[in-house]
Amino acid sequence: MTKSELIEALVRKQQHLAHKDVELSVKCILDKMSSALSDGERIEIRGFGSFSLHFRPPRMGRNPKTGEMVALAGKYVPHFKPGKELRDRVNNGG
Amino acid sequence: MALTKASLVEELFDELGLNKRESKEMVELFFEEIRRDLERGESVKLSGFGNFDLRTKKERPGRNPKTGEEIPISARRVVTFRPGQKLKLKVEAYAGRE
Repeated sequence: MTKSELIEALVRKQQHLAHKDVELSVKCILDKMSSALSDGERIEIRGFGSFSLHFRPPRMGRNPKTGEMVALAGKYVPHFKPGKELRDRVNNGG
Repeated sequence: MALTKASLVEELFDELGLNKRESKEMVELFFEEIRRDLERGESVKLSGFGNFDLRTKKERPGRNPKTGEEIPISARRVVTFRPGQKLKLKVEAYAGRE
């Protein structure tokens, strides 16, 4: 399922709302989640899961073309941990 | 402080002018729809944010960390999240304040 298919599915279930409002809601939810993470804030959605940041320490890497060593700075990457309900439903098919 | 469903409901109310009930329903349905697709075995791709994919894991040996007793970990299906390029770049810039 893609973002536009998700929007269509929500439109079918929220017939009292204008298509545009559903579209904006999805965009708004995802934007808010992205900015929370980029501010270093965790996201906790009960029954779905939590998103947090994991730190990747600085390391020496290589330029794959030239083989030259390059120092790579430490960085944060988003991490998702599925919640219990999601884990159970995905594993048992409901 | 963590971002919760309540903060997302508040955001839809403030930003889009949906009423409280509509905002709450929208947030619930948003996550429910994603869960339902994953449950059906379909991955969910939200461009700019990331992809929720499914992986099947074979049975593997494990042990009870308390007793040390060996018990097999059964075969299972799990959800993994791969952040999209846009989200990765936004998060990388986070300097950290530990």
